[in-house]
Amino acid sequence: MQHEPYDIGPARPRLDALAKACGAELFSADSYPPGLLWAGARRCGVPHGILRGVDAAAARALPGVHAVLTREDVPGSNRQGIVHKDMPVLCGTRVRHCGDPVALVVAESRDILRQALALVRVDIEPLPVLADIDAALAPDAPLIHEADGSNVLLAAEIRKGDAEEALAQCDVVLEETFFTPSQAHAFLETENGLACLDEDGVLHLTVSTQAPFRDRFEIGHALGLAPWKIRVHSPFLGGGFGGKDGATVQCLLALAALRLPGRTIKMWWDREESFLAGYKRHAARMHYRLGAMHDGTLKSVVCRLWYDSGAYAHLGGEIMELGMEHAAGPYRVEHMDCRGLCVYTNNPVAGAFRGFGVAQVSLAFEGMMDRLAGRLGRDPLDLRRQNALRRGDRNCAGVTLTSSVGLDECLRRVRDHELWTTRHTWKKAAPPFTRRGVGIAAVFNGMGYGRGLADNAIAKIELTPDGRFVIYSGVPDMGQGNASTFAQIAGEMLCQDAGRLEVVQPDTERAHPSGSASAGRTTYTFGQALIKACELMTAKLVRRAALALMIDEPGGITLVPGAVRHLPTGKELPLAAMGAMLPRDDRVCVAEYLMPVSREVPDTGRDFPLGFPHLIFPFAAHLVRVEVDELTGLVRVCDYLAATDGGRVLNPQNFHQQIEGAVAQGLGFALMEGFGTENARITTPDLSTYLIPTSLDFPDTQSVAVETLEHSGPFGMKGVGEVGLNGPLPAVASALSDALGARIDRAPVTPAMILELLASRGAQA
Amino acid sequence: MIIRFCINGRDTELDVRGDERAVDILRERLGLTGTKEGCGTGECGACAILVDGRARLSCLTLAAQLDGRDLTTIEGLGSPEAPHPLQQSFAERGAVQCGFCTPGMVVAAADLLARDPHPGREAIREALSGNLCRCTGYSRILDAVHKVDER
Ligand code: FES
Ligand code: FES
Repeated sequence: MQHEPYDIGPARPRLDALAKACGAELFSADSYPPGLLWAGARRCGVPHGILRGVDAAAARALPGVHAVLTREDVPGSNRQGIVHKDMPVLCGTRVRHCGDPVALVVAESRDILRQALALVRVDIEPLPVLADIDAALAPDAPLIHEADGSNVLLAAEIRKGDAEEALAQCDVVLEETFFTPSQAHAFLETENGLACLDEDGVLHLTVSTQAPFRDRFEIGHALGLAPWKIRVHSPFLGGGFGGKDGATVQCLLALAALRLPGRTIKMWWDREESFLAGYKRHAARMHYRLGAMHDGTLKSVVCRLWYDSGAYAHLGGEIMELGMEHAAGPYRVEHMDCRGLCVYTNNPVAGAFRGFGVAQVSLAFEGMMDRLAGRLGRDPLDLRRQNALRRGDRNCAGVTLTSSVGLDECLRRVRDHELWTTRHTWKKAAPPFTRRGVGIAAVFNGMGYGRGLADNAIAKIELTPDGRFVIYSGVPDMGQGNASTFAQIAGEMLCQDAGRLEVVQPDTERAHPSGSASAGRTTYTFGQALIKACELMTAKLVRRAALALMIDEPGGITLVPGAVRHLPTGKELPLAAMGAMLPRDDRVCVAEYLMPVSREVPDTGRDFPLGFPHLIFPFAAHLVRVEVDELTGLVRVCDYLAATDGGRVLNPQNFHQQIEGAVAQGLGFALMEGFGTENARITTPDLSTYLIPTSLDFPDTQSVAVETLEHSGPFGMKGVGEVGLNGPLPAVASALSDALGARIDRAPVTPAMILELLASRGAQA
Repeated sequence: MIIRFCINGRDTELDVRGDERAVDILRERLGLTGTKEGCGTGECGACAILVDGRARLSCLTLAAQLDGRDLTTIEGLGSPEAPHPLQQSFAERGAVQCGFCTPGMVVAAADLLARDPHPGREAIREALSGNLCRCTGYSRILDAVHKVDER
């Protein structure tokens, strides 16, 4: 067993799991080099205002304070942002949300830091607070970013056919407005990192980040440094979910390190600062009109979306774009007219979050499908199957699906499952004062960056002198297990056991740029590059072995665990011998892969130079059974089923982990988690006010894999990190509608809302 | 003030300030960074350690309160070379994703098993309800504790 190759297919324990379970894995938060200094940001605490001045004198005078830096101390552009560079490292003249930093303090200890931060005085002249989308769009609203001339970050449209005209021809037209809340990532390891400027002028950072290579450029741009003088290392992350994709601590740490050469600076946001200054899911309002024929054929969707970007852009435009590209659901819809406005407000900054813009529209398009099924008296699952996208169809953005499409099979698995087939008897058996409902949802989530932003990765693998293989990962592992999957891919390609495989976490000096850990692309893109690198490695080792074994032609030489074997003669050469024999240059193979993009040029979406359209989609069908207490309004989730098409499954354990985790976050989004603000000030600053699911809240998810073959993907897989999050909210809304006979148009669905619905006339069953 | 305690089987003496938290002396002064901090306010359970055999939140404990106690941290339960059965079970059953909650989970589970060697799944849900995990949805964690004796 010891030499069993760590190959793909079986459910295998992750290679990182045991060290983590023993507390031996070092996260970036776990590093405390001797002599370190602590950095912290003074947050302005005001949602909108003119910054008249920052008085740092008292803080500077405090013994143990090494520096108090303000806007004047920032070299470079002072602007951060992935695409749209609108977020200052330190604010100089204007503050746009309560978490905006106005000063950076570096101190001997955390205690002194805390005292010094409290001593920094800020003088802010308040401006009218734009606490929601409507306030920001009012004609007389002040501009949050004056240079933009408007509070609209992006106005965009995706059109296909003539949606208004088609709507007029439909037998049935339904209309509804939906709302989804802001959500916090609430990863357990809050944002943190370390930085140090060495004698050679190289800036070293260790950061809990999803995008170490991009960080170099962001820091370089904001602080006027050459990116190649910046080295970023990203150890395993204690959770990310999109919230560590983009600038958090990086530029502040770098700024402190530049001021104090040779000193290591540590910054670690506490939970409240993470909630205040970290990114959130965009709150959204979505107005829909859906037109269909009597036989259930979907014809036309006209929708208007508003996404609340908060004070800065992050990837707001790109996130709304993905929502728009999915706006009519995973269905054949001939006509769509989708317009979106992504709007600046004074709320906390919205950014990437698992489900990237699609989690919002999933409530809307699935809500419309349920309403249509109700109107037509159709079985909701059957109606979805009738319209489900199949390979070769054009999706609602006009893109032909040339890649794998397993949606109908996902729906069939749900239809045949006993949780569905027994639903009527189960509902009838509801105990007194409870109501039961069963809901379903069909969802999808485009994978990768989309056109206009090369989604590529460069993998590097090395044979060590002692005969092991080291994979230099270029994409961080925020917990999803890609690092271990990389080992598995190499184990498969090179026929090696786990003991001979090691994955080095991303370090911009040792690995090659491979993009961010995001968009369900991590294993897909890097995995393909790694397969190629392993092929190069195999070919090389075979040829070198032929030399060493004095064999005329390399045919019949193969890799086996720990060795290279010549099959005709049975001669073997241990990998350790090969590793010792070859010079380093000859022990390294590098290869790259670029994700394919759609070859079609849809005559729409011109507002999106980056990231439109997508070509490859994982799909899923979810089912949930809920029980509602009529007296308290409490909702109990009784059963949950998720059937997911993620292409071929490389490791069932990792696959189901992703689905189960995403469903839990999605159920939180549906029933518990509304990130609270009142007049743009946060009202949920901690984990006792912002509640995330505990072990008591939800049942085990039954996860079923629908294994299509994605020809373009490594061993036929496609990424499933995101799609699982999109199902729970619409499925729960559907189940609650079924239980209450009332429509759900917003989240989170609280007991108070349920009681109100029960009390209203529409809910009288 | 000088405090003395036994940690992971080793007698230890430290000079601490009255306001120092246990989690900080573990992580920063003793290098035991397996104990995590996820909130600092008693809500996530990531900082759990065993104090005289019972799980306690080290973020809410003052260092001074450790005086005279017998402490076990996640490192004291086992190591990758010689793991505790719970650590092994967590790793094998896919209960670990990002792993930041895991040490606290394992400590809370060890406390439970010491009191109730064969808990049912519902008892495990109860016992771990103070430990937040954002990655897993919990079911594999429950399995890992429930089936710790099965290989
Ligand atoms: S860090 Fe102690 S309970 Fe969260
Ligand atoms: S495994 Fe990430 S928080 Fe539990």
